[in-house]
Amino acid sequence: MSDAAALPRLLAGPAGAGPGTVDLDGHLALHGLPALDRDAAAGLADAADRAGLHGRGGAAFPTARKLRALAGARGPLRLRSLAVVANGAEAEPASRKDRVLLARSPHLVLDGLQLAALALGAQRAWIAVPEGAAAVRAAIDVALAERARAGRDAVAVAVATVPPRFVAGEERSLVHALNGGPPIPTAARPWQRGVDGSPTLVQNVETLAHLALIAARGPEWFRAVGDPGEPGSALVTVTGAIPGVDDAAVGAPTGEPPVLGVGDAAVGRPLREPASGPLGTPRPDVREVPVGTPLRNLVAGPFQALLAGGYAGGWLSPAAAAGARLLRADLVPLGATTGCGALVALPQWACPVAETARLARWLAGESAGQCGPCVFGLDAIAAALQSLRGPRPPRRDPLPDLRRWCGEVAGRGACGHPDGGVRMVRSALRVFAAELDDHARRGARDRCSAEPFLPLPAVLPPLPLRTARPRGAAREGPLRAARPRDGERGPITRSAA
Amino acid sequence: MSRRDAKRLAIDPIACDAHGLCAELLPELIARDDWGYPLLDGRPVPPELKVHARRAVAACPTLALKLAAAEQRARTRAPTGRRP
Repeated sequence: MSDAAALPRLLAGPAGAGPGTVDLDGHLALHGLPALDRDAAAGLADAADRAGLHGRGGAAFPTARKLRALAGARGPLRLRSLAVVANGAEAEPASRKDRVLLARSPHLVLDGLQLAALALGAQRAWIAVPEGAAAVRAAIDVALAERARAGRDAVAVAVATVPPRFVAGEERSLVHALNGGPPIPTAARPWQRGVDGSPTLVQNVETLAHLALIAARGPEWFRAVGDPGEPGSALVTVTGAIPGVDDAAVGAPTGEPPVLGVGDAAVGRPLREPASGPLGTPRPDVREVPVGTPLRNLVAGPFQALLAGGYAGGWLSPAAAAGARLLRADLVPLGATTGCGALVALPQWACPVAETARLARWLAGESAGQCGPCVFGLDAIAAALQSLRGPRPPRRDPLPDLRRWCGEVAGRGACGHPDGGVRMVRSALRVFAAELDDHARRGARDRCSAEPFLPLPAVLPPLPLRTARPRGAAREGPLRAARPRDGERGPITRSAA
Repeated sequence: MSRRDAKRLAIDPIACDAHGLCAELLPELIARDDWGYPLLDGRPVPPELKVHARRAVAACPTLALKLAAAEQRARTRAPTGRRP
């Protein structure tokens, strides 16, 4: 039995095997449960609870709580069974870990999916993969065929592809898409009304892989690495300033060297990559590390700032990053998040104002278009940041408006998309305060004309939806003109009750 | 005001189309942002404004405005276990 604290776990392969997909025989030899049946799934929620497993998709919801909430649920009229969905959509552009996991260890994910289905008595299962990720799709198809021949799966698994829209990976969007609608978050909650109206469990593929290992090795084994408050290992995607990989990284990281995982060469998704700057095209690298690893072990200097938690995460100054660990307890108070484990190091040559503006514009464009504060707020924020990129300073200082809009937009959408956008912008207002102020007073500087750094997906046409329109704002007339202020009564007569 | 009677306003952001009747009828509790969408301050509805709050809820053309018991504020977003 291997040392409990040894890594990698999720990305492990049989001794002597190469970096490719771990097939069913290899998986069983390494860590697979001999048979997936109700006994194997008994007590899954309790095991997840003792292990302290939290979702690895970004929201970090306690997995045991989700499983228990659904264990008591029953489909409408007791005719429909529950459904389980493995979410490998990975619409976060800065993240590659789900693709790498699916291509490397599909059987771990599929075991976790089966165990969750057995534990809940679900009879329908899906696995969602990104559209166009050929290597991932191939690995999943081969793995499902192997499992069919071996008779391993009690519940048949269907494969669904998800378009590369940012909100499409959100669990309600996924359910909506599986129900035949557009991939946007609806008001319905999957654990009450999900696929075909049945209560549905949606879990990130990495979470399911951890669940399979917990079922095989036990909760204490899971806790042997990581932090007592946030235990286990996690997959991270690091872009830029990768120790030992990027030529520009100077000095060795302190502490233990990071555990290198499987490179993403086989499973990359083509992005519209920017023309190479001094550091070349940024290339993401995926590795498995203990939760709570110091960030300085993952990202070598020098860098200008670190974006932690993906494109809707938070910027950290080098000093803050040097003192922080990959832990929600460290990163959330700093205005960032662990998210799906995506870290992007901004090189010295990039313009932080330009990059923040590009990100904000992209986030605004990725709105599902359902909620006014998100559609109009993120758009206004993006336009304000864009006004700082011109050679001359903007006529009107956009920073006070920016701060006000950030305060007004967060929490007023149906999903967390505007909150993520605001988090990223607020962190930029803090970390890049001097740069933003300089741009507001003097316009763009020399380095603003450098090539863009952050890879952004090609812009897709907007979803064909009713676009949120402020009808009230468009109206003129006595109601608008006589709008009351500060608690005074309006023209519409309100007779006393 | 007993805790049981306390009510809070909530808005379904998908249904809301910024018609603005709620802000007209209840300006004490509902303001509008730069794009006409309602801003709530989150306070429970004081007893003297309850009838006006109910009237505002009834007036909303898209049924986006809701009044719910303060302890279980009408949640229009799934609990994600995370705070922005």
